[in-house]
Amino acid sequence: MNWVAWKMLTGNRGKYLAIIMGVTFGAFLIAQQASVFCGLMMLTTSQIKDIEGAEIWAMDKNMQYVDDIKPMSDNELWRVRGVEGVDWAVRLYKGITRARLEEGTFQQIIMIGLDDATMVGAPREIIVGSIDDLRRPDAVIMDEAGFRQLWPDEPFSAGKVFEMNDRRAVVVGVCKSRKTFMTFPIIYTRYSQAVSFVPMERKVLSFILANPKPDVSAEEVCRRIEAQTDLQAQTRAQFEWTTIWYYFRKTGIPFNFFTTVLLGFIVGAAICGQTFYMFTLENLKQFGALKAMGARNLQLVRMIMLQALTVGFIGFGLGIGSVAMLFGEFIMRRTDKLAFFMPWQVVAITGGSILVMVIFSALFSVWKVLRLEPAVVFKG
Amino acid sequence: MPATHDNPTSDRTVAVACRGVTKEFGDGNALVRALRGVDLDIYNGELSLLVGPSGCGKTTLLSVVCGILYPTAGSIHVFGTEITKLSSSKLVGFRGDNVGFVFQQFNLLPALTAVENVCVPLLLKGVPRRHALEKAYQMLEKVNLRDRADAPPSNLSGGQQQRVAIARALIREPRLMVCDEPTSALDARTGHTIMELLREISIEQSRAVVVVTHDPRVYEFGDRIATMEDGRVVGVEEQTPKPGPPPKTPSMVEESVAETS
Repeated sequence: MNWVAWKMLTGNRGKYLAIIMGVTFGAFLIAQQASVFCGLMMLTTSQIKDIEGAEIWAMDKNMQYVDDIKPMSDNELWRVRGVEGVDWAVRLYKGITRARLEEGTFQQIIMIGLDDATMVGAPREIIVGSIDDLRRPDAVIMDEAGFRQLWPDEPFSAGKVFEMNDRRAVVVGVCKSRKTFMTFPIIYTRYSQAVSFVPMERKVLSFILANPKPDVSAEEVCRRIEAQTDLQAQTRAQFEWTTIWYYFRKTGIPFNFFTTVLLGFIVGAAICGQTFYMFTLENLKQFGALKAMGARNLQLVRMIMLQALTVGFIGFGLGIGSVAMLFGEFIMRRTDKLAFFMPWQVVAITGGSILVMVIFSALFSVWKVLRLEPAVVFKG
Repeated sequence: MPATHDNPTSDRTVAVACRGVTKEFGDGNALVRALRGVDLDIYNGELSLLVGPSGCGKTTLLSVVCGILYPTAGSIHVFGTEITKLSSSKLVGFRGDNVGFVFQQFNLLPALTAVENVCVPLLLKGVPRRHALEKAYQMLEKVNLRDRADAPPSNLSGGQQQRVAIARALIREPRLMVCDEPTSALDARTGHTIMELLREISIEQSRAVVVVTHDPRVYEFGDRIATMEDGRVVGVEEQTPKPGPPPKTPSMVEESVAETS
């Protein structure tokens, strides 16, 4: 009877397409909004990802996410270096400062101060200049999006000058970096220079980057650092999740996206459910005839469920496929303004939502058919 | 429950025996007594007509006879089985194996072709599609619609659709066929042809065929006419039906149904 169910479903092209459109719309909206949400969440961790070379991030124990800087004393660096299992540990400055451009305008800038000796955390892809250029006086390397933002119509080049904290800074290179949540330009400079680009404070150390010795796991070294110092220490992956969870728990972003996802689910379910129900109502006499001819309830339920799962599967494929093609390929290749990331979890969640949607839609039809008296076929 | 009567085409055995059958719908002030103690026998090899005014209980009686409604009281034996005592699930199986249905509005699945519609009862039984289709082509051949096998119901005339429905009803070779107003959606000439076909079906393989009808023009085809009024059978008239073709000659079936093509 699966074949009959399939023929019944596809026989009415208009309704068949309408149900698929409803499911596709739902899948599209759910997957698109969930992917944009994931994209935004990924932006919050982009700086952790960009600062490579160290497995362990040690920081003030009250820090909640990567931008929640609580400066530490430089002495903390020596404490971390003294923990057993730490191979090496270096300083990292991270903060937001205000730059004054030559034409007198101001711009907020994210500044990363790298350890002077090792340059751990330096950008990997340099477009103009080199990392060694950072050793020059007043030198900074700016990310390409920042350069475009500050000097929109000019080609990437070294030599641009601006001021921070009344000190001259010279752009000696341009690098690639991931987009950030706050979309400010990013500059990389030496630690010793970074602290001079901001107003003087007693404590300026933002993070301590460390690596474990080869025979110890990063997680174990983190535990030791936390036990022996008054700091918190996390692996790179842990710190990314800490940051994501902070935004998840403390901001309205997930809730706002959830409302849109829910809207997609409701609208999709409404279109799908109503059309599917109408489709069943139209075929009610036929279902009654099947019952009269000896069809068992289980056979009819299987037919309806097969129809529902078929449209669900097709609609899900079309929805996910169109989101991936339109946003993942077409738009992402043409603009860097879109935050879009579709991990397998989004695909799975969308699939699960669609499954619930079509089963929910089908239940009304199942209920109607189960309650259907076969005697309905004798009502002219 | 054997019985005798004078019709030469009947094999004189009772297919369906109803005794004291009542059927009520609703309760309290909304109680409707659709059947009020019906006694009726339906014989194998006969075409029995159930006639009477609207609302007299013809269709309700047909529904309880074929096992799609349980009566409120009374007993119904179909081929010796008391179907009123069967569980709902067993009754479904009994219907599938023993009863063929022909409906006023045909109730063909619009998305299926004629031959696909015909094979549906076999698919319900779990017969593989290929075998079911083979048998369905044979049944369409019997009702002279082989050439329209691949047409959807919407491309068939009313008479052709009713013949498809009859082929569908016959495909599991039921011993009882119930037909609800099979001619009311058809013009007089086509209705006449359909009744001839049903009569021949009753003769062939000695089937019991029950037809509910309003249409006095088809009375001539019945071996037995049961008249109903207000939920009761008020009279059963045996008659010698209109002379038709000799029994069990498929070629004659084809000739008669060719008129509806």
